[in-house]
Amino acid sequence: MKAFSYERATSPQQAAAAAARVPGTRFIAGGTNLLDLMKLEIETPPHLVDVNGLGLDQIEATPEGGLRVGALVRNTDLASDARVRRDYGVLARALLSGASVQLRNKATTAGNLLQRTRCPYFYDTNQACNKRVPGSGCSAIGGYTRSHAIVGHSDACIATHPSDMAVAMQLLDAGIETVSPNGATRVIRIADFYRLPGATPHIENTLMPGELITAVTLPRPLGGKHYYRKVRDRASYAFALISVAAVVQADGSGRVAVGGVAHKPWRVAAADAALPQGAKAAAAQLLAGARTDEHNAYKVMLVQRTLGAVLTDAKKG
Amino acid sequence: MDDLQHINHTRRNVLITGALSATAAAVPSVAAAQPGGEPAGAAAATPAPVTAKVSISVNGKRHQMELDTRTSLLDMLREHLHLTGSKKGCDQGQCGACTVIVDGRRINSCLSLAIMHDGAEVTTIEGLGTPDKLHPMQAAFVKHDGFQCGYCTPGQICSAVSVIDEIRKGIPSHVTGDLNVKPLLSVEEIRERMSGNICRCGAYSNIVEAISEVAGVKGGAA
Repeated sequence: MKAFSYERATSPQQAAAAAARVPGTRFIAGGTNLLDLMKLEIETPPHLVDVNGLGLDQIEATPEGGLRVGALVRNTDLASDARVRRDYGVLARALLSGASVQLRNKATTAGNLLQRTRCPYFYDTNQACNKRVPGSGCSAIGGYTRSHAIVGHSDACIATHPSDMAVAMQLLDAGIETVSPNGATRVIRIADFYRLPGATPHIENTLMPGELITAVTLPRPLGGKHYYRKVRDRASYAFALISVAAVVQADGSGRVAVGGVAHKPWRVAAADAALPQGAKAAAAQLLAGARTDEHNAYKVMLVQRTLGAVLTDAKKG
Repeated sequence: MDDLQHINHTRRNVLITGALSATAAAVPSVAAAQPGGEPAGAAAATPAPVTAKVSISVNGKRHQMELDTRTSLLDMLREHLHLTGSKKGCDQGQCGACTVIVDGRRINSCLSLAIMHDGAEVTTIEGLGTPDKLHPMQAAFVKHDGFQCGYCTPGQICSAVSVIDEIRKGIPSHVTGDLNVKPLLSVEEIRERMSGNICRCGAYSNIVEAISEVAGVKGGAA
């Protein structure tokens, strides 16, 4: 690990200003992904701003009838909150299907959103990776791509987003509250938060340099039945091959989002509209234009069948 | 017991000496490889180590230290406080051998910086029990043969103690059927919640039996 200087932030704006002062500075909260990457020198920040003392660890009701989740709320605490379990089951389920308890005890809401891909070519510093070293190429393309993207990818990058929580957040139309180094605040809709890889896969979201996430807001509860179904190589503690998040109403309408298929949590308005027609119709909309290869073509049918299982369950009384 | 401790110290010293000599042998080749393998000027740009102060309580004893900012909580415990019960398995949060309890919650100590735990209370395997007075979970692991080589055991036991606490507090898991009902102390729940602790010897069934007995799971401990 490269040496770095360290400071404990005293306020969100001070943290943002401190991050803007030293180029390459990273915020650290749980650290479970950042430190892993720093050990491998994939991340080499010269300065860390520890945001753990900022008190952004509350979950509070909003005037609109939703919830405002502080950026530092730990994954364990978010999944355990009685309101989240009752009204946002898809989010609790997604959180509980991710990582291990040890990691969820540390990992934060904002940090989970900002997780980096687990593409093995990103992690292996002997391989070319446009995300790790812009312009160096992509060894994953033409390599072993069983875990890689089938929609939204580019000639520069076929990595997937690893988060389960973010798939549920995408489904719920979460808002991401931030503060900038100059003190300005804004709310970014999660639909506008993640970027597709294009020619710049190293730029993964629309945050500006130094901009700090302070909270994530959840709109009013949707009602209906909540599902997060994750398919993985072992029953626990593994990243998703694919995952399906869904909220299904009694009349068969609803929402669906998919993980493990793209550079970001994947949601398509036409798929929501097609949900009453069944899994085949909705999956066809979700994965329209999919580009697969021999290793990952299985994901297309897996998404359809997993969604099918969800919709079958939703029809039960 | 004295004889055993002597053997342990000796083995550890041998390992340390071995590691040092391996490092010494490796240094020249690394240095020689650098001009070709790294961008020009990389050596000059390597930042100097930075230290920071931390005050941390481990097993009830407070320590004031000044540490390299890069020091993981695990390395602080093992290399600075010589509490070598917590083990370094993968050093990347995948195996759970480094599991310790910080402020009442289990975490992977390898994926946490020591300096981020100023004021924290840490409990390691050494703080749970002693050879003369085992923690009930330690005794149950012995009784049920919950290990072979023992390397993952301190992490397994710190996790196991936490699992029972988490279920009693009503924290749900992936296998909890109804999220609005308090989770049950069941074998299924124990297995899911222990998934962050890998045992390469494959002592899982015995580990589940040990935890089930301490938790009082009906029919869990055969």
